[in-house]
Amino acid sequence: MTELDTTQEGTPAVPVWEYADAPESKDIVHLQDRYGLFIAGEFVEPKSGKYMATIDPSTEGILAEVPEAGPEDVDLAVAAARGAFESRWRDLPGRERAKYLFRIARALQERAREFAVLESMNGGKPIKESRDIDLPLAAAHFFYYAGWADKLEYAFPGRDARPIGVAGQVIPWNFPMLMAAWKLAPALATGNTAVLKPAETTPLTALLLAEVIQAAELPPGAVNVVTGAGETGAALVAADVDKVAFTGSTEVGKQIRRTIAGSHKRLTLELGGKAANIVFEDAPLDQAVEGVVNGIFFNQGHVCCAGSRLLVQEPIFEALLEKLKARLQTLRVGNPLDKNTDIGAINSRAQLTRIEELVASGVEDGAEMFQPACDLPERGFWFRPTLFTGVSQSHRIAREEIFGPVLSILTFRTPEEAVEKANNTPYGLSAGVWTEKGSRILWMAERLKAGVVWANTFNRFDPSSPFGGYKESGFGREGGLHGLAPYLELTPREPAPGNGRHG
Amino acid sequence: MAQAAQIEPSRPLPVAPAEAVRMAVRTTAVDAVGLEERAASLAKRSIKRDAKLWALDLAIRSMDLTTLEGSDTVGKIVAICAKAVRPNPLDPSIPPVAAVCLYPQLVPVALEQLEGTGVNVASVAGGFPSGLGPLGARLQEIRDVAATGAHEIDIVLNRSLFLGGRYAQAFEELVAAREAAGAAHLKVILETGELGSYDRVRQASMLAMAAGADFIKTSTGKIGTNATLPVALCMLEAARDFHRETGRPIGIKVAGGVRAAKQAIQYLVLVHETLGADWMTPDRFRIGASSLLNDVLMQIEKERTGRYAGPDYFTID
Repeated sequence: MTELDTTQEGTPAVPVWEYADAPESKDIVHLQDRYGLFIAGEFVEPKSGKYMATIDPSTEGILAEVPEAGPEDVDLAVAAARGAFESRWRDLPGRERAKYLFRIARALQERAREFAVLESMNGGKPIKESRDIDLPLAAAHFFYYAGWADKLEYAFPGRDARPIGVAGQVIPWNFPMLMAAWKLAPALATGNTAVLKPAETTPLTALLLAEVIQAAELPPGAVNVVTGAGETGAALVAADVDKVAFTGSTEVGKQIRRTIAGSHKRLTLELGGKAANIVFEDAPLDQAVEGVVNGIFFNQGHVCCAGSRLLVQEPIFEALLEKLKARLQTLRVGNPLDKNTDIGAINSRAQLTRIEELVASGVEDGAEMFQPACDLPERGFWFRPTLFTGVSQSHRIAREEIFGPVLSILTFRTPEEAVEKANNTPYGLSAGVWTEKGSRILWMAERLKAGVVWANTFNRFDPSSPFGGYKESGFGREGGLHGLAPYLELTPREPAPGNGRHG
Repeated sequence: MAQAAQIEPSRPLPVAPAEAVRMAVRTTAVDAVGLEERAASLAKRSIKRDAKLWALDLAIRSMDLTTLEGSDTVGKIVAICAKAVRPNPLDPSIPPVAAVCLYPQLVPVALEQLEGTGVNVASVAGGFPSGLGPLGARLQEIRDVAATGAHEIDIVLNRSLFLGGRYAQAFEELVAAREAAGAAHLKVILETGELGSYDRVRQASMLAMAAGADFIKTSTGKIGTNATLPVALCMLEAARDFHRETGRPIGIKVAGGVRAAKQAIQYLVLVHETLGADWMTPDRFRIGASSLLNDVLMQIEKERTGRYAGPDYFTID
């Protein structure tokens, strides 16, 4: 029992309340020692004969081995997708395709905890995020696009909407399940078949999703999953696919665009970002602080639309900074499976090295760094939540995407200056505006060159809301009605010959 | 046995009166969506084992065991005082509550029952719950209760003046009440369920703190909407900013509708992650409740033994 002790000044010396460990159990996950490629509805050994280990970034312990698919494996997967497209999936009525998508969505909900735990084990993200955000949103995407499958003629009035063919889809490691859902759901709903290449470091939930798809009895080959590193992705882009959808770094996006230039392949790219989160002096300050924290520390900052540049109007700079620093002290960094963890592990050693390198450049450029005092686990990849003040537009940390829990803080004086600074980046994926003034929100939103502008919130996603970039953040939209178009051949509808004669 | 709350003496106003109204009315805006999201996210903290037992113990030590019924009698007060001192007669490790909260007429009974126990006597006063009687009568009631020897006095904000935009007058009434309360510990009830928005809750919090309240309190328990997690968070954030600006620590009391141990723990998490360890004490945090105590006792028993005891193993007073 704890005794209270009140000192003369009335400042009680009280014990710190330590939350006991609250880990989510791993028992629900059944790992295999070695996984196969999912091709034509079966799990098969890779022709390449190569495997790679996949780890838990919070412990560096090996979880399983997955195949490293070679060009031959990729070609088999694409051929299976082509076969499924031509023999069955393309010609299924939309309402029948919808049934399969609804089935996948329900299975994801039923097995949500298993998926969430595996997602956190393989990717390092806190269980509260995989449980409350990644998995519910992934299921919601399948539900949402299932609803569109039989309504395409209403989505695009006056035009015929036909599927394109085989989609080669390459996804990143920051939201493995959610990105798989963003890619597969619209492709399948519109009658395309797909070959999905999950990221090198996070293949396990995509393979579990393949199990769900197998159990949902989709026509064999409608969805194929090939694991591997960058070479596998390159092989998929080069293979006989009709469309490439890529989410990842701008550098790789540019390579892909060069590779497929001159071919018939359609392309959508969702790439990097360096989003501005803009806080005006009349903003609701405490909620703005939460929005800034969510904007940059959600998923350890491994978010392409992260609010990695904070633009603060000068009169409130000090007040906001003080609140932000105090808030950082309360962030709980540690075991991703602990239900009270706010910030989990950095996804890989390579990413940790990149973050460290950029943070060092910030210090070298003369910006002032702040990190809260918090213990980090000994094993695994970790980085403290970090703020930089005294940042100029010319510093590397204000220009390059860090993709980690590192916030660069700049100030501005007028709305015009905020817009100018916010847009002064090669990227243009997202932006945030914090103000109580509705007219200013609209004024800003008209001028910000970003695919998404959030007002008094940040990192809010919904399947019905399109997402995508300006400039070097890519092109094409995912989500919503707009997310259907990249997977469709849209042609003006010929008037039916009998038109007008039916009375 | 844990020590009961220590009451700090009345001090000069933390903010000059001319500044106070401006400070309250121009305080930062509150975004309802963001506030509610943050409260909901904190409510999901998973508090287990030792951390849970510590919180449950603190919930008891921070409790204002309350009865505010027209039907309260001497017998009822004697019973509730016994429960306050020894919540579980079979378990001496259970601490007493912070205070017993009741109507002015019954203060002498409680003072006699609780003498030397360390449990404080808190009385409502000042025309509770509406605060719309004649000002002179309301102030006299506060003076009387203070003179009788109540340690703590819970008064209400004049919502009629506040919602009518007569901030200076509402502020002056609170300052007068502060003086009338003398050395007693003053809690100002904002009746947040009547204020209509979180912006208003924050403004009222600032006004009451600037007027010299020792505590700000959510609700009277007499209307439909009582304490909620977002309202409490809004007040905690106001108290945090007030402390930063003036150096004066203000306590928070949540009241009304807190019946389950789980809710009490959620409020404690809010306090812990907003104001920090210094507020995790009955000097700066209170829960006003009547039926909460037995649920906390039951959860402590369950945490220790792994089993739930039936409700009849806990006394009803």
